Amino acid sequence: MTGSAITLRGVVKRFGALTAVDGLDLDVPFGSCVGLLGPNGAGKSTTMKALTAQVILDEGEIEVLGHRLPGDSKQARAQMGVVPQLDNLDTSLTVDQNLLVFSHLYRVPKADRKGAIERALGLANLTERRASKVDQLSGGMRRRLLIARALLHEPRLILLDEPTVGLDPQVRQELWALIDKLRSDGVSILMSTHYIEEAERLCDEVTIMSHGKAVAVGAPRALIAEHAGPEALEVYGSPTRLGEVEALAAERGWRTRRTGTSVAVLHSNQVGSREDGGVSDLGDAAGLEGERRITNLEDVFVLLTGEEIS
Amino acid sequence: MGVATATQRRLGRLEGAALRGVMVRELVNYSSFWRSSTFSSTVDPTIYLLAFGFGFGSLVSQVAGYDYIDFVGTGIVATTVLFSGAFPAMYSTFVKYEFQHTYDAILAAPVDTEELVTAEALWIAARTGIYGCVPMLVATLFGLDPSWGMLLVPFIAALAGFGWAGFGIFIAAKAKSIESFSYWQSGLLTPMFLVAGTFFPLDQLPTWAQILGNVNPLFHCVELVRHAVFGLEGWGDIGHLAFLIAFGLISWRLAIRYMERRLIK
Repeated sequence: MTGSAITLRGVVKRFGALTAVDGLDLDVPFGSCVGLLGPNGAGKSTTMKALTAQVILDEGEIEVLGHRLPGDSKQARAQMGVVPQLDNLDTSLTVDQNLLVFSHLYRVPKADRKGAIERALGLANLTERRASKVDQLSGGMRRRLLIARALLHEPRLILLDEPTVGLDPQVRQELWALIDKLRSDGVSILMSTHYIEEAERLCDEVTIMSHGKAVAVGAPRALIAEHAGPEALEVYGSPTRLGEVEALAAERGWRTRRTGTSVAVLHSNQVGSREDGGVSDLGDAAGLEGERRITNLEDVFVLLTGEEIS
Repeated sequence: MGVATATQRRLGRLEGAALRGVMVRELVNYSSFWRSSTFSSTVDPTIYLLAFGFGFGSLVSQVAGYDYIDFVGTGIVATTVLFSGAFPAMYSTFVKYEFQHTYDAILAAPVDTEELVTAEALWIAARTGIYGCVPMLVATLFGLDPSWGMLLVPFIAALAGFGWAGFGIFIAAKAKSIESFSYWQSGLLTPMFLVAGTFFPLDQLPTWAQILGNVNPLFHCVELVRHAVFGLEGWGDIGHLAFLIAFGLISWRLAIRYMERRLIK
């Protein structure tokens, strides 16, 4: 067995003329939470599907929990839990019944089934709703049930495909707490997401994907420090003014990122000339005024891919 | 940690645990919709039975050497097999992969497409074995005499039901939309259902229709059921049985092959 829960090498998947995944390498070390970050169409979901052998590769190799895919996929699936992006619960069944069905599908031994269902209900905070039919649950509860369903057999590895897509911010935070708890319990996690904040908060390491390729790999803070610096100066103004700022920045070799109403000048604490490296230097050096803010993964993403993510 | 990590042996094909898991899902779901399912699978054939039994039965008393109620009361088993085998297989399969994404969830668990399809077909076959007898039992109220041979009927219906379930899953796997089912229904299943020797004997028909009837699995089901109830006929019935087994095997493999194409990209 390798030192990683998941290893991908040179993974290529084509759908006709479209190359959805284009030479992807990826490692999920045991016990860590790794994020696949990218916009829709970057190849995240295809990658996730390949890990359960629901997508068969054109090139490359995948090993999951020491099992080579696709040949030994079933062994790997027996030891991992999958939380899909699309809700595929049985909506006419109760919470309990959904879990009962999957305790069989995940081959939980008869003697352990009841305990496994109780445990999963507790983790997902659904014990009180156990008798409710799924179609009476809120979106957040349904997502928690999907997670509970994936935990019945105490998997060593969990795949989360866009776990909080379409949920309210508050519900999203509840789910983050749940995912964070799994991580601290030592479960290895691979999570795809296009929410920057989610990846920043939960992941030990992220792989930024664009057009099927990994464009950057590393811990979120390290990626930010490397590519965007600790702070950005967000300059607001008319489109003409923003154009001028961009031109000025380009002239001096500063990296910028254009959003709707502003230009962010990255590495803003390093572009000045004074020794203390403060943002005020920017004003001194280029006559720019704006809001200082902490840089984030989104800055990194836009810098590396030229695409806005969300 | 964990329950599953203990199992490091290589998992094989068509494992009992996987088949059971898929069938448990069906069973639990069935507990919530068995009324409508039982209704649609048994009431339709019963209406055909009564309509033909009273309508036709008032014109003819004997058909092919049988009282008409005996003739149609046994033949109707094949109709029920079609209604409770092929149609649910087509619709529920399509709905499960296209709308409910149920198969995505199942295939993310340690279950392969082959096991998924096999378990679904076995489950439908088991249901069909029971539903198949209902209109025949209704016919006993109208003069069909009970016989020991009727005890074979659930098994014949289940065997034929397995083939139709596989065929229905195959149709669903090939279908681009649920509308395309009407081509199969009107173009293939309805003619088969009528030309199966259920309501009228095939030997009065032109030769070409008789030949078509002989490649119709429903015809072999009708013959086998009728002979089981009124007396088996040796080699001929072994031939009918062999035909149904072959039909089951072929449609089972077809269903697996096309579902794999559909589900594994």
